[in-house]
This record gives sequence, C-alpha cells and structure tokens, in this order.
Amino acid sequence: MLSKLTLRTVALGYLAMVLVLPVGAIVWRTFSNGLAPVWQAVTTPDALHAFWLTILITAIVVPLNTVFGVACGVVLARQHFPGKRLLDSVINLPFAVSPVVVGLALVLVYGQTGRLGSWLAERGVQIIFALPGMVLATLFISLPYVVREVTPVLREVGVEQEEAARTLGATRLSAFLRVTLPAIRWGVTYGVVLTTARALGEFGAVAIVSGRLAGQTETLTLFVENHFESFDQAGAYGAALALAALALLTLLTMTGLRRREGH
Amino acid sequence: MSIEVRDVTKRFGDFSALDSVSVEVPGGSLVALLGPSGSGKSTLLRVIAGLERPDAGAVLLDGADVTGVPVERRAIGFVFQHYAAFKHMTVRRNVAFGLEIRRRPRREVRRRVDELLELVQLTGLAERYPAQLSGGQRQRMALARALAVQPRVLLLDEPFGALDARVRSELRAWLRRLHDEMHVTSVFVTHDQEEAMELADRIVVMNHGRVEQVGDPRELYERPANDFVMRFVGPVTHLGNTVLRPHDLDLGLEPDDADGAEAMIERLVHLGFEVRAELVLADGQRVLAQLSRDEAEQLDLERGQIVYVRAARARALAG
Repeated sequence: MLSKLTLRTVALGYLAMVLVLPVGAIVWRTFSNGLAPVWQAVTTPDALHAFWLTILITAIVVPLNTVFGVACGVVLARQHFPGKRLLDSVINLPFAVSPVVVGLALVLVYGQTGRLGSWLAERGVQIIFALPGMVLATLFISLPYVVREVTPVLREVGVEQEEAARTLGATRLSAFLRVTLPAIRWGVTYGVVLTTARALGEFGAVAIVSGRLAGQTETLTLFVENHFESFDQAGAYGAALALAALALLTLLTMTGLRRREGH
Repeated sequence: MSIEVRDVTKRFGDFSALDSVSVEVPGGSLVALLGPSGSGKSTLLRVIAGLERPDAGAVLLDGADVTGVPVERRAIGFVFQHYAAFKHMTVRRNVAFGLEIRRRPRREVRRRVDELLELVQLTGLAERYPAQLSGGQRQRMALARALAVQPRVLLLDEPFGALDARVRSELRAWLRRLHDEMHVTSVFVTHDQEEAMELADRIVVMNHGRVEQVGDPRELYERPANDFVMRFVGPVTHLGNTVLRPHDLDLGLEPDDADGAEAMIERLVHLGFEVRAELVLADGQRVLAQLSRDEAEQLDLERGQIVYVRAARARALAG
C-alpha cells in the first residue's frame, strides 16, 4: 500500500512540476493585471492576423499529411521492396533533425539564391518569406505523426477484411474506404491530433523561412516570441494562452469523439 | 458453373507455389484441394478467386477466360479461414455488404439478409458485432455473407481450420447439406484428409505446387497414384519393402505359409470398434496392424505374444 501511494505521489508530483506549474503560471501571469489589457493585446490586427495565419497553415498541412500518412502507412505495412527500410528511416528524419536545420535547408532550395528558388521567382512564385514556404516547413516538421500512428494499426488489421470486401464486389478503393479506414480510424485520429498540435506549435523552421513580418508572415508562436522579446507581457502571454487553448480544443474534440463511440 | 484451371504457375520470389497446375471442377460439384502446408492449395484457391494473379496459365469460369478479370467482377463467394469478419459492422451489415455494394433496394436487402440469417441459424444475433459471436457463429456469418450475392462458385479456404473438433464436424455436415440443397459449385481447401473424404465428391491431392492425383475419395484410398498420395490419404505401415494400410495385414497364431513373418505384440490399443496392434519383427522393424474388435477377440491377442503377420492384399499403386 505504501509503495502504491508513494508511486502515485511521485507521478502526480512529477506532472505538477513539469506540466501543471508552468501552464498554471502562464494563466496566472496573463491575467495578473485583469482581463482588459490581455483582450486588447490579443485583438490587435497583428495578433488576429497571426491567429488566422496559424489556423490557415494548420488547415492546409493537416489534411495533406493525413492523406500522405495513410498512403505511406499502407506502403510500409503491406509492400515489400528494396529500400523500404530507408524509406522507414527517412520518414523519421523530422523527429531527428532540428527544425532550424529544416528551415535553413528550405531557404537553400527555395530561396532567391537557390536554382529552383530563382527559377520560381522568375515566374513570380515566391516561396521563402511567404505562405508557401511556411506551409512547406510545417509539412516537413509534422510529416511522421500520422504515418507512425497508422502503420502499426494497418499491420494489425491485415488485408483479409479488405480482400473479403473485394470478393463481395467492392473495388480496391471502395474496399479500403468502407472496411480498412473504419478499422484504423483511431490510429488516424491520434495521428491527426498529434499533427495538429505539432503544426500549431511549430516555431524554429517557420521562424527562418517566414521572415517574421508582423501582420504578414507572423504565426502565433512567432508573435509570442516577438512580443516577449519586446517586453509586451500582456501580448505574449495572451497569445500563448490562445495557442494553448487551440491545442486543448483539439484534444477535447478527440476525447469527445471517443466518448460518443463508447470507448 | 464449371471451373477450369489451365497450366497455372505462380512464384513468390524463389518459392514456386504453383507449378503448371491444371484442374477441372465440374459444375455443381463439391471439390476438395487437399495437401500439406506449403503444397500450393490455398494459392490455387486464391488464383481461382482472383486474389492472386498467376504468372502463367489461365482460369476459366464456365468456359470464359477470367484470368484478367479483377476479383470483384468474378461473382465468386469466398470464405476465409479466420472469418475476415468486418469487425466494425453488425452481423446484419456484414451479410448485407455485397448487396449494398450492388446498390440493391433497401427492402430487398433486408428480406434477403433475413433469409440468409435463418439459413445459417443466426436469426436472433443480427444486431450483434462479430466480437460477440463464437468461432462457429462467425464462420456461419461469413458463409451467409458470401452466399448473399448469389455467387457462381463458392471458394472456402480451410473454412473449419480455426474451430474446435466438435464445432468442426457439425459445420461439415451442415455444409454438405447446404451444398446438396443449393448445388453451387464449391471448392474448399483442407489439410485434413478425413474432412476431404467426408465432404467432397472429388479430391485434388497437391504437393510441392503440383497436382499428385485427382479422384473421388474411394479411388484415392484404394488406388493411390503414388507413395505420397498413399501416405497422405490414409495411415500406412511397412512390411519388408511393401507399403500398405494397417488394416490390410492378416495376423495368425500359426506359421501357416512361408510368407508369414514372425512378430511380437509390443502394444495393444483398444479404440472401441478398432484394435491397433503394434508389432516388432525379428529384425526389429515395427509394423502397425489394425483389426476389428471381433478379430482381436477371436485370436485372443495379448501383449508379448508371438504372432505371424502377412499382407492380406498388397495395394498396387495405380498409374
């Protein structure tokens, strides 16, 4: 009994130290001068723009990486080909490489000095210091989450149910959509939640490729840092709280979905 | 609907699963593909279904070449060893799947599913999920699902393999009755010779990706084409250099002829009607003899006794 209690105390204490205390501190700090200054700071045009830009990037990145992730999961779980291990490791690259490096790499390829970048610039397409670059950076950073969640589930589900569907007259695509997708839905959901959280919170890579122009290429995370550096505490903490609220909303949505299915 | 397989070859990497296999299944028959694991029997079934594409050769359904036709357009029914139940759907939706794909009117689907559930005795369980069914019930559901679309041929891949012995024999008898009522051309895969003999009109014996022999159960047992078939479709024992069935041995108490070999009874096993005598010859060779209970009683056999054993009839290998 004692050891059970000790273990619980340690676990809760650890959580409090690492999670609850800092998050609580943000809330406390944000509202230390009341609601009005915070509201003012997070409703400036720049703040609103950062808010919407973050949501826009996430809304582009999450569906793309979900479709890619499921497709890639199918390849990894079901096909055997030389170089499969390599593909498997390459997908993990965003976990291993610092986002700053990713940002620099993108600048190298798509920047004005890069061959591809200058070719595109001649045709009036700007990638770096614009939305496309920020989307690319976020895509790269949040790429592995759906793949990693979905691949093991796909392996476990196997192909038999899909084959059964095909013998019953379903085309390849229809069999996948009607039988396999419902079977892996929780893997996909977890992947989507993690991808969303990662996309919302991305800082390093986006910081480099965006150019950080307030009101133009500034996401919420960049806004927070920018205002923190310039001693605008109300703005920084307010925006940070908005960011945390977005992430929390994603988590709650998933929990709600699960509860409705009776899990 | 007849099935014809012509010179089908299928390789998986270096492994030759099917080596120029030809098989004919007459319309309305119930045929078993019998062989040990790795003999290619399941691959052959999957090639007929269209779940595997052969490297060479052709598959014909009712004379029409369907080799290039995808599985969903072959109008076959397939039953998997591990049921392949759609886990997120109720029994009713599982059975209705094929009809829904074909966009049949809702009322018709409902009526047809009810009929099928009655046929497979799952009427009360329509709203359950597969996880709430027993193995036997799941396989009956899978069968109803396959029959729902009125397939031209029914293919079953070790359909009773995952079930326990009692349920297995029940389902066997039930499948035989079903086939006798519906006459849908059926092919099933099994590694169990007893199952093949009990159910099938014809048996295709396979080994190492080739067909060893095709025949009705009696033919295979009485006139096996070769040693492999002989061994696979029934028990065998050796007497000298002869391979024979244990019940084709005569035991006697006197050394009547020249060809009776002297042997000692090492063990007697009483299995109800049947008695098995394990014998040791003078040269140490072990021989298994199978007698009826009456024969054993007449001879008054007991352990340690000396008997004389000879082949009642040596079974000539056909072909």
